Amino acid sequence: MTLLGIAWKSMRQRSLSSSLTALSVALGVMLMVSVLVTNAIITDTFRQKGTGFNLIVSSPGSDLATVLSCVYRIGLPGEPLPWRFYEEDILKHPYVEWAIPMTMGDSTQEGSFPIVGTTAQYFGMEYEPDKRFRIKGDLPRGPFDAIIGDRVARENGWDLGSEFSLIHGGQDDHVHDEKFKVVGILGLTGTANDKTVFVNLDGFFSMAGHDKPATEAIKRLKDFGYEVTAEQEQTLLKAAAELAHHGEEEEGHDDHAGHDHSGHFHSLPNDLKEVSFLLVRTKRPAQGIALTAQINEGVRAMATNPIRPMARFLDNFVGSIRTVLLFLTALIVIVAGVGIFVSIYNSMADRKREIAIMRALGAQRVTVMLIILGESLLLCLSGGLLGFLLGHGLVFIAAPFIEATAGILVDPFKFELLEFALLPMLLVMAIVAGVLPGLAAYRTDVASSLSD
Amino acid sequence: MSLSIRNLQKSYTEPGGHRLPILNVEAFDIATGEQVVLVGSSGGGKTTLLNVIAGITSADSGTVTIDGVNVRSLPEAARDRFRAERIGYVFQTFHLLPAFSALENVLLGMSFSGRKTDRHHAAELLDRVGLGHRLHHRPTKLSVGEQQRVAVARSLANRPSLLLADEPTANVDSANQDVILDLIRDACSENNVSLLMVTHSPDVASKFDRVEKLSDFNKPEGAA
Repeated sequence: MTLLGIAWKSMRQRSLSSSLTALSVALGVMLMVSVLVTNAIITDTFRQKGTGFNLIVSSPGSDLATVLSCVYRIGLPGEPLPWRFYEEDILKHPYVEWAIPMTMGDSTQEGSFPIVGTTAQYFGMEYEPDKRFRIKGDLPRGPFDAIIGDRVARENGWDLGSEFSLIHGGQDDHVHDEKFKVVGILGLTGTANDKTVFVNLDGFFSMAGHDKPATEAIKRLKDFGYEVTAEQEQTLLKAAAELAHHGEEEEGHDDHAGHDHSGHFHSLPNDLKEVSFLLVRTKRPAQGIALTAQINEGVRAMATNPIRPMARFLDNFVGSIRTVLLFLTALIVIVAGVGIFVSIYNSMADRKREIAIMRALGAQRVTVMLIILGESLLLCLSGGLLGFLLGHGLVFIAAPFIEATAGILVDPFKFELLEFALLPMLLVMAIVAGVLPGLAAYRTDVASSLSD
Repeated sequence: MSLSIRNLQKSYTEPGGHRLPILNVEAFDIATGEQVVLVGSSGGGKTTLLNVIAGITSADSGTVTIDGVNVRSLPEAARDRFRAERIGYVFQTFHLLPAFSALENVLLGMSFSGRKTDRHHAAELLDRVGLGHRLHHRPTKLSVGEQQRVAVARSLANRPSLLLADEPTANVDSANQDVILDLIRDACSENNVSLLMVTHSPDVASKFDRVEKLSDFNKPEGAA
């Protein structure tokens, strides 16, 4: 019969007390595991590991808000940039290898998933190092073609050929008449792309309300320092008037339900187009720094490294919260450890005779001490194991809720390396909690305890 | 000689600091395989003598030699091991562990000897004391007589050379007294184990060839 076997039998004798003590450890460990795993999920979700682009160009503002909006699709983008800035200042810049325009602001009518207007080039870049998009179906070629993320497909029940409408991102929240058709579905990426609907940029621009009013567009171009000739101004004003006239004609149709707008495509003059973000890849990484400095020198636009703001945010904010939560849960586990100590120590008075019998049968002082320590160890480890399972069970149960409310994809089987630290921590706690009762067992006077 | 005691002295310190002599044995011997019954008045030091022999209680001076080994000269851990291997002890109140079954109580006796526990031997011993059908019963599910029989089986688990029994029949009914006594005596005879049994019962004492009255060889008042 092993010492742990003897300890187990003794524990079983006080099954209610032992179970409650182990449960208190389990609850502490459960909280710790859930904090660790949740933190790991949040960190993994928001810590950019690097993508195909090394700069995000947007209008000036908060770099963190820019990354959250552009990469994580959380929050709305700031003031858009003129298309001419994309074509003349970025695309033609000698440092730029490629740049992908992105427009944002609208959402799907069903499920409120964010809409991103972009080009097919977006799907050719790496979304994470060495990871490229897998697409079921085709790239968006027609103006009203769309590619949807895996989660959008699952939640909305959309498949290739499905059609959907967009809600305008302005204050009116009206539903656009145009219908987009799903031509491709992205494989699961574990990124915000899963909850995004990508539409063809041309189709996006052709929708009512997505063109900049001509007078504002002209002013904006001039603010950016571009020359706008009188002839160009007239052309823009004329084009805008034609678009407005066409829009009024369409609104004149009473029977909207029976009128198909999905095939209506109105090409927009480039100077009436705007983009929310430009994803830029420089020819050499070092050029990213130089280009950032150049862009940020003025007040027209801002270049942001997609990794640094999130790393700063995670380290300063999430990291601090994690430390506080871990500290609190560690306290809970320590309190559970004190519970083990109290439970075993209180039982020692009743167990003096039991220990004395073992000693009379030839058990050495160290042996009975080890039996008590073994009991503490079993309580800690069984509680810890239960807590580990409960913690992951909690994450498993909470995963759909977190996804639904926070939009964060939660892997219910996520394992945090720091969880390995729980084992030595529990071992130390078992020893600390068991050492005093163990010493009491060590010091038990055999003859007097047997005669009591 | 299985047990040999020389100039053994033991006293307790009373709450006021006064020393109370309990044992002062000049010489006491038991031959190998001999069965001796020890009688004496209550509080006379019989249990203390058994505890000193077993190494459970330390004596103030003197020697206790079992199978040629002076138990008192051994370090405590070695004395514990020696007790587990060479001495069987049957207590008046059985002292079975309630969390363990009859079989496990016997196995527990083996666990502390450092030898491999022999489940088959433990079951045989319980069968020998008539409990072959109650191996997995816990003490609370056994009668008083059955509990003492488990205790007897446990005391023999490590094939000891000396068996100490402290009034083993005092708490059992008269029907079981003879059964338990016969079990102990037969087991000792079969295995050539020396037996030192304490009893208050003249009936029990009358069955032994050698009956020693503690007061005849223990003179605590003469202790230094």
